[in-house]
Amino acid sequence: MDILSLFITVPVITILFLTFTKNLQQVRIVSLVGMLIQLGMSINLLFAYFKERAVNTDMMVFTKDYVWFESFNIHYAIGVDGISVALLLLTSIVVLAGVFISWKVTDLSKEFFISLIVLATGVFGFFISIDLFTMFIFYEIAVIPMYLLIGIWGSGPKEYSAMKLTLMLMGASAVLLVGILGIYFNSNADGGPLTFNLLEIAQVNIPFEAQKLFFPLTFLGFAVLGALFPFHTWSPDGHASAPTAVSMLHAGVLMKLGGYGIFRVAMYLLPLGAIDWSWFFIILSSFGVIYGALGAIRQNDLKYINAYSSVSHLGMVLVALLMMNKTAWNGAILQSLSHGFMTALFFALIGMIYERTHTRDIHKLGGLLKVMPFISAIYIIAGLANLGLPGFSGFVAEMNIFVGAFENADLFRRVATVAVVSAIVVTAVYILRVVGIMLMGPIKNEEFNDLPASTWYERYGVYLLLIPIAGMGIAPLWLSDMILDSLTPFIARF
Amino acid sequence: MIPGVSIYEILTVTTLLFFIGIYGFVTRKNLISILLSVELMLNAVAVNFVVINKYLYPDMLQGVYFSVFIIAVAAAETALAISIIINLYRLATSVEVKATETMKY
Amino acid sequence: MDFTYTILIPLIPLAVFLILGINALKIKENVAGIVGVGGLLASTILSFYTAFQYFFKVGKVDGVYQTFVEKTVWMNFTDTLAIDMGVLIDPISVMMLVVVSTISLMVHLYSRGYMHGDQGFTRFFAYLSLFSFSMYGLVLATNLFQIYIFWELVGVSSFLLIGYYYTKPSAVAASKKAFIVTRFADFGFLMGVLMIGYYTGTFDFMALNNPAALQDLSSPIMQYSGITFMGFSVITTALVLIFAGGAGKSAMFPLHIWLPDAMEGPTPVSALIHAATMVVAGVYLVARLFPMFYFVEDGIALQVVAYVGGFSSLFAALIALTQHDIKRILAFSTMSQIGYMMMALGISGYGGVEGLGFTASMFHLFTHAMFKALLFLGAGSVIHAVHSNVLQEMGGLRKYLPITHITFLIAALAIAGVPPFAGFFSKDEILAAAYESNRLLFWVEWTVAGLTAFYMFRLYFGIFWGKERVYKHTPHESPLSMTLPLMFLAIVSAVAGFVPFSQFVSPDLAGYTTHIHMNIAAMSVGVGVLGIAIAWIMYKKETDIADKISSAFGFLYKWTYNKFYFDEIYLFVTREIIFKRIAQPFAWFDKKIVDGTMNLIGNSTVDISKKIKGAQSGKVQDYAFAFVSGVVIMVMVFIYFMN
Repeated sequence: MDILSLFITVPVITILFLTFTKNLQQVRIVSLVGMLIQLGMSINLLFAYFKERAVNTDMMVFTKDYVWFESFNIHYAIGVDGISVALLLLTSIVVLAGVFISWKVTDLSKEFFISLIVLATGVFGFFISIDLFTMFIFYEIAVIPMYLLIGIWGSGPKEYSAMKLTLMLMGASAVLLVGILGIYFNSNADGGPLTFNLLEIAQVNIPFEAQKLFFPLTFLGFAVLGALFPFHTWSPDGHASAPTAVSMLHAGVLMKLGGYGIFRVAMYLLPLGAIDWSWFFIILSSFGVIYGALGAIRQNDLKYINAYSSVSHLGMVLVALLMMNKTAWNGAILQSLSHGFMTALFFALIGMIYERTHTRDIHKLGGLLKVMPFISAIYIIAGLANLGLPGFSGFVAEMNIFVGAFENADLFRRVATVAVVSAIVVTAVYILRVVGIMLMGPIKNEEFNDLPASTWYERYGVYLLLIPIAGMGIAPLWLSDMILDSLTPFIARF
Repeated sequence: MIPGVSIYEILTVTTLLFFIGIYGFVTRKNLISILLSVELMLNAVAVNFVVINKYLYPDMLQGVYFSVFIIAVAAAETALAISIIINLYRLATSVEVKATETMKY
Repeated sequence: MDFTYTILIPLIPLAVFLILGINALKIKENVAGIVGVGGLLASTILSFYTAFQYFFKVGKVDGVYQTFVEKTVWMNFTDTLAIDMGVLIDPISVMMLVVVSTISLMVHLYSRGYMHGDQGFTRFFAYLSLFSFSMYGLVLATNLFQIYIFWELVGVSSFLLIGYYYTKPSAVAASKKAFIVTRFADFGFLMGVLMIGYYTGTFDFMALNNPAALQDLSSPIMQYSGITFMGFSVITTALVLIFAGGAGKSAMFPLHIWLPDAMEGPTPVSALIHAATMVVAGVYLVARLFPMFYFVEDGIALQVVAYVGGFSSLFAALIALTQHDIKRILAFSTMSQIGYMMMALGISGYGGVEGLGFTASMFHLFTHAMFKALLFLGAGSVIHAVHSNVLQEMGGLRKYLPITHITFLIAALAIAGVPPFAGFFSKDEILAAAYESNRLLFWVEWTVAGLTAFYMFRLYFGIFWGKERVYKHTPHESPLSMTLPLMFLAIVSAVAGFVPFSQFVSPDLAGYTTHIHMNIAAMSVGVGVLGIAIAWIMYKKETDIADKISSAFGFLYKWTYNKFYFDEIYLFVTREIIFKRIAQPFAWFDKKIVDGTMNLIGNSTVDISKKIKGAQSGKVQDYAFAFVSGVVIMVMVFIYFMN
């Protein structure tokens, strides 16, 4: 078994074991062990990647190729570069943290963990595939369990949210499939065998007309998952209804599939289309940055605030991708990672607060810093990280995006850049608003005085997410250089 | 072959019979009547087979055989249908189509 | 000489912060105090050692101070553009090290007494250490981006310290306001940094501050200076934006509104951050980039600095006249004095004696840090004794607080510019420099000098003289841990003026000699003494002169008392316009239009299916009818077209 296929084998085996578990304790232990192994493998992969990169200059390393469906030339083709290695690490950390945070799920816990790990399997598979069709399948595997996870274990108007989320994402993947098939049928201009393999398609010049037609389809298909304005409305409702770990995984990892897919598929394979269409999507996404931030100012539900904040931050990812240079791309990838950790941390903390106080309305909370110092202190740290404080990952990512975006000297992109940069002010407003109302100030409800302190599994979950946030922020060099290095083949296409 | 009667006359009759069957099938509310209408259609077809065989291909027998086959199937089908209708009658004390609507949902 | 060890100066407080911060709930007060003070003491010793080494041993080569840089790459943007982290040792950074260390150490010592018994004692010391770390990092920064990084960290420590009493709504509001206003300014700063990075291709101070390259329009850093933005070259625009960041942190008009509110923080914090160190970061930033400000486009950006500084100093001095909260009076006084420094930088020339403004600005930064910290710590001691901030509730305290009284008097004399105290010398240099280059600003600053003397002595007489009030507890002198820093700073404030500052700090790094300008000194001392005399008449004894004057100038008094209604204007803009007119409609738009469209698509699908589903009646007869009629129609069509 090669180093990459293990990433989908281990979760599958974990799921198999889970089906045989008898009680809650076993379910927890099996999921924990499975995901610990997964994290171990990700770290191992990181080192293996560094070692391999020193001797191997291919775009993708650890590649493997098995024919899967011959008549359409569909392969199970896998391989990674620096970007996917980083995202795999993100995924395994967030999933493990999600398992810790879901420690208290007692309702149909076996099924819950199975769905959670199915979702994770899809994400892992997506990040390692280099065959468009396989990628698409893993994408669907990752999206479908969301319906069950929200619909069964959610809260509030969960059926509505689950339905909305699933339908919008399915609608997007229908568009995406058209885009992918469009790429497939143009993948061989001379009439030879058609291919789904990313690397092979990249060798072919897809006609400009086809690129112009299929780029928006592919882009939109992925961008809905990346919460592009105006297709973001599934995200606030979905997150608000989802159980904690699912929000974490969804905002932390699943939404990154959007940005990654855009970069890896839409932009890498259809560069001319990307250049042709970039103005349109820059308008949408930079508007989304401001829009999400302003939306977050007026919300009172913690999860809604965080969902709108995600719209804003992921808008930055999309803007950065469309700015077409290495610095901005590096920023986009870093922002994906950083936002993944931060938003997962936020949702974890919101879950803890909700579990204790049974409300997410910030106006009903107050003075929590006094009552639950650990959770509140971490919330403040996460908030500061979110508004781009140096020393945390958000700053590193945003600065790359800003510097990269600023490299474009034309007026249109300048205006977009200034708009995006101005979001740092608005972000500060909504973060501090929450901190001021919810964590500081007098205690509003006497019952809050004797709320339980944080438990060991909650602390582990939080530390697991906090360490990479601080790590990326304090010493970004190795990570950003690893990603920068992997961007060379991309910039060569533009 | 019946002397003095052309194939067209017979076919006109069977066509009429067939459409009477369809009309009955579509409009009747009573299951027994619907069953009778189905029988009418089957019989019209069976007659067609025999007539076309006799008038156009007198030295062959396939049409005749097939009409015998149809009669056998129709008998079996009627038996089945009647038994269903009787069961339904026991259940709903009615043989109206409307009485079966509860099975829809 | 290797100055690499200076990296320890910021790192020691960082370590202290991490130790205290992570174990904030476990560490006891005593331990936290010892660790905090000990850590800072180590940094202070290193800073003084560095200063000694630099100024007296190795810094000067051929009469010119050298710049020492040690750095390492922190993050790469492109192949040529990167953020470095490191230390830059030159006269102003070493001077700042001394200032920050001295004040910070004094405040640490003072806080042990002032915060004694507070629940969050450990947390307080952790924040102080975080602030010290960030401030050292800012001072030692080697490039614009490093300064921006620590700039933000300084801002956040200020936010945490202002909101230290987090259960108090006013403190929470003040911390939020401080952070958001400075953040808004930092938006400008960041845009400026991005512009500099893009058009000059470097963030590095050594490359940017090269006078030869700055004057040569074809040099790599100036090659794009011909590109204009709204009539000015891009570099000028960038510098103005960077100055906007500095103005935000240094509370220059119109970004000053956060500073008075920031006094909600504990008084030692006000002394350290909002009087002596962080608020002068803006001045330091301009001084750091002084060659750029001076040479690019004949210093248009520098003129902006000068006029903003001059106006701010007058504006703040007027407001300070009428305030009642003693800490707020000091806050506006700080703003006014920083305006002085900014103005002095703005009118400064570059080489030799021409650079007097620059030197004077740095000198004033140095002396002001000492006596303003002293004033705040003294005010803290007073507040500690009477449990109130309001001037009207004080009076006659000189009997109860003898040490505070004497030290406060020294500081007040220093800020009023009375010789031989420190403020006289630095203010004299500033006024002399202004007299040479800009008469208008000279007269503004001269007026401000008089106003300063007046409101300072209004404060002094109000607290220590005047009518004695009825106090709940008899006020008593603060413990030694608090009075010791007061005495130390009083001594420094008294003698710091005799430091031959121009020998050490000058824009072109070559020292020169200055002398006291007798006629200007006479004018400034004259106006200062006049201010003190008026305050003496009005406030030494309880009189009704002040009330009469204030009612005579009714609306003017009201305007200044309400700080020219700037808070209200800002509130109107944020609450009424941004929240109500922009964010609210956005939220509505999102819910009704964007989400509505999505729901409409979903609902209309359901509606259509509801309409169609009637066709599937479940009746075989209907199906048969549809089937037969379909067949019939098709046959007819078929026949029709066949013929």
